[in-house]
Amino acid sequence: MFALLLDDTEARVTVIVNGDTVSVPTSFTAAAAMLLYGNGATRTTAISGEGRAPYCMMGVCFECLMEINGEPNQQGCLVAVSEGMRINRQRGKREVHE
Amino acid sequence: MPDFDAIVIGGGLVGTAVAYGLARRGKKPVVLDEGDIAHRASRGNFGLVWVQSKGFGVPEYQRWTRRSSDAWAEFSTDLLSETGIASGHERPGGVTICLTEEELDKRRRLMEQLNVEAGETQFEYEMLHRAELKKLIPAIGPEVVGASFTKYDGHANPLYTLRALHAALLKRGGRYVPNARVERINAAPNSFTITAGGQTYSAPKLVLGAGLGNKVLGAIVGLNVPVRPLRGQIIVTERVQPVLPMPTLMIRQTVEGSIMIGESREEANFDDTTSPEIVHTLAQRAVKTFPFLRNVRIVRTWGALRVMAPDGLPIYEQSREFPGAFVCTCHSGVTLAAAHALHYAQYVIDGTLPPELARFSTKRFDVRAAA
Repeated sequence: MFALLLDDTEARVTVIVNGDTVSVPTSFTAAAAMLLYGNGATRTTAISGEGRAPYCMMGVCFECLMEINGEPNQQGCLVAVSEGMRINRQRGKREVHE
Repeated sequence: MPDFDAIVIGGGLVGTAVAYGLARRGKKPVVLDEGDIAHRASRGNFGLVWVQSKGFGVPEYQRWTRRSSDAWAEFSTDLLSETGIASGHERPGGVTICLTEEELDKRRRLMEQLNVEAGETQFEYEMLHRAELKKLIPAIGPEVVGASFTKYDGHANPLYTLRALHAALLKRGGRYVPNARVERINAAPNSFTITAGGQTYSAPKLVLGAGLGNKVLGAIVGLNVPVRPLRGQIIVTERVQPVLPMPTLMIRQTVEGSIMIGESREEANFDDTTSPEIVHTLAQRAVKTFPFLRNVRIVRTWGALRVMAPDGLPIYEQSREFPGAFVCTCHSGVTLAAAHALHYAQYVIDGTLPPELARFSTKRFDVRAAA
């Protein structure tokens, strides 16, 4: 449906999406990396457990919640990728530690 | 010929609860709702169904609040079966958490007073020391000294409750008119004609459920309703796994997992914004109470305006000048929603308020004649 408009000259970084090491342009957000390599739903919702994926890509809809470098419930569309970043699906409600 | 059995001004929790109660009893109400410019406490409130802080020195208020809290389960079940919308009501009991011995002593004295004032109705409560409280709510922090507990307390989702009330009202044949700011009221005893949003509506009964708007509207129909805004600010967090098994006066976890932090009180006129100082104070106390909150993300903060009488009590009255015109206003639209739907609506139909509501009459605002 969508064609990826990649600029071959753009610098790239290595990130780890759901355990897979991949290379993405430095201009990517974590949500963009997840859309490209996340293989379907990027989170399950906190209430019904349904699968969801990034939607608005501008910080409004909260559909792109994901775990970034171990920190849960991050809005992936607002976080720029960086070398070695670990990006994982958010599964339902986050845990809290006392 | 009147179009409706009753005109209700105000489409928030108070107005819609009364209107739904009327519709349940076979009456045909119309709800006139101002629009998005209205202050709309029902869209900004905290969602407690709360008993244990209500009515010091006014046992009538304690009883009325208890009665509503007792009726909430039935109210919520009715709404669910009529509309399929769950209000998120739970009644696991609730605690008011104290961070110093001084706070705990003060709390103990207040609970004793409530118990004495309850008389034969009994007010069951427990003062919990830290260790007992920790068994109930393991997440409390090291600075927590204790808490008061009553089984009467609970919470609900105010937005789902409001949505359910609207849906139930329509299903029962009531009418809801949005963007209907009242432009004109023609009042005569048991006969009211109102122009709102360019349309005209008539009915033998009128209920003012317009929150802060009741002050101006009341004056037109001979009701003295001296309400003023009292701002509260609220913090809401991201959704987390269930960690708070019951609400506290200041912090509760919703069914969906969000933690809500509230219970500030400020005179701010009609300014419903937030201020960093208050949000900071709320967050600081919340983190002392439940240290895990330190790492939980805030999603949003907001301010909302409570509808407050000078003595903090609800105002229930029928106009002597224009019988058939009632006012129903309070700052606990969630807690009292069940009483408004299940009882107040019936009083409107009966055309008379019962003696147990006499304490909430506008007579208490009258200046006494000098001897």
